[in-house]
Amino acid sequence: MTDQPLLSVRKIAKTYGNHIGCENVSFDLFPGEVMGIVGESGSGKSTLLNCMAGHLTPDAGEVVFDTRVNGPRDTVTMSEPERRMLSRTDWAFVHQHARDGLRMGVSAGGNVGERLMAVGARNYGDIRDKATDWLGRVEIDSSRIDDRPSTFSGGMQQRLQIARNLVTGPRLVFMDEPTGGLDVSVQARLLDLLRGLVRDMGLSAIIVTHDLAVVRLLADRLMVMKSGQVVENGLTDQVLDDPQHPYTQLLVSSVLQV
Amino acid sequence: MTDYNFAYLDEQTKRMIRRAILKGLAIPGYQVPFASREMPMPYGWGTGGVQVSAAVLTPEDRFKVIDQGADDTTNAVSIRKFFEHTAGVATTTKTAEATVIQTRHRIPEADLGEGQILVYQVPIPEPLRFLEPRESETRKMHSLEEYGLMHVKLYEDISRHGHIATAYAYPVKVEARYVMDPSPIPKFDNPKLSNSPAIQLFGAGREQRIYALPPYTRVTSLDFEDHPFDPSKADHPCGLCAAEDSYLDEVIVDDAGGRMFVCSDTDFCEARQNAGHKGKDAA
Repeated sequence: MTDQPLLSVRKIAKTYGNHIGCENVSFDLFPGEVMGIVGESGSGKSTLLNCMAGHLTPDAGEVVFDTRVNGPRDTVTMSEPERRMLSRTDWAFVHQHARDGLRMGVSAGGNVGERLMAVGARNYGDIRDKATDWLGRVEIDSSRIDDRPSTFSGGMQQRLQIARNLVTGPRLVFMDEPTGGLDVSVQARLLDLLRGLVRDMGLSAIIVTHDLAVVRLLADRLMVMKSGQVVENGLTDQVLDDPQHPYTQLLVSSVLQV
Repeated sequence: MTDYNFAYLDEQTKRMIRRAILKGLAIPGYQVPFASREMPMPYGWGTGGVQVSAAVLTPEDRFKVIDQGADDTTNAVSIRKFFEHTAGVATTTKTAEATVIQTRHRIPEADLGEGQILVYQVPIPEPLRFLEPRESETRKMHSLEEYGLMHVKLYEDISRHGHIATAYAYPVKVEARYVMDPSPIPKFDNPKLSNSPAIQLFGAGREQRIYALPPYTRVTSLDFEDHPFDPSKADHPCGLCAAEDSYLDEVIVDDAGGRMFVCSDTDFCEARQNAGHKGKDAA
């Protein structure tokens, strides 16, 4: 781990009128690190994620990303073309619903190839080889390459979305409830796959979820949010095994033990 | 004739359209919004092209209308009559003699020259529309030059058909900047868009957009390195004039599988027949 953070968030705040989305959130994310954000519905975790990924403009604060070419840059104040370029190259965003992140009318291969073509790939053979390779890495049979995602199961759609996002070799992945809406066995496979990919590619990731099992498996560090504030943060095992804040204690104790 | 202002539209409207045309010429390939008027014909019959023609016509012009290359089909005849009535301009079917040519989905075979204006009728001006339905998003993609999606369409073509199966309305890039829908002309005509000495104007009436190519504009058809653009046509000579290099229509002549291929450009074909060329199906 280097001492230069990949992403450093400083006093991010976003309000919706009088209602607080999130406020005064600061943290650093280092290369190769996976950060989990947990909290109940409405605690501001998705707002925070969208502010960081450039989908929402925060009212205050900085999101400084260590770009490949120009070093640390504040993505909130950078120009829109630059930010969109980042979101197609160094960033990836995995939506909770695969339908939001996929083009349902375009074949699986086209979905994976879109990001490549968006950054200038113009050789059909190369694009197709890369798409085939990535479908294999997310355990989708290569014979399905020309099928549309609408013919895929929910778990396959989610894996396809991940392949489509990782094909350009991003350094930072934002995930919004990546396992939400999937049944438990599919969730387990997806988590296993994600863990492998994150470790192999040395990705940094920020995972928003309300599923503590997901962060236990994937995240190195954990941030607990409530009413737009960070109430506790630290190493995942530390926070989950020895929760300090009353809300975190409630959260940890309300997980069903089978 | 005196019941109408010259070329049907009032002068303020023509002024508005001319401003849109000038803006379009200044930014080749950029779709300029304009306040499209109701025209006395249904949408889809060339309301955009008619408005552009009305705005550029002068009393000295000689006007030609083609519909998929033909001068004598309903659409071409009615639009030609329309301007004969409302503008009183001279009309012609000869490409070389015309100063303004309104076209539906073809570029004439004969080379165009400086001083000629070619007006296209455009049904859907947005090349990205079928991939991205949101207008706000397509505008942003144009302004930020994010055209990866256009290649996704071509990718889908190849993955499904083994080659780029888009045969008309084949997307082009103008001066390495804007991706443009050349209206549903066959891709055979795409190379003629580039470096043309004539002014090319595109009008979409229902969609309220005008765009333009000034003379000698570089226009390239999108493709992949390993699947290059191929301006294909039916592999036959014309049945009437034996031309080998013109775009052909396939005509079914009986119910026993008989067919003939004829030039879609009727003026070009007639001129060749008059010059003594004779195809195998000529009477």
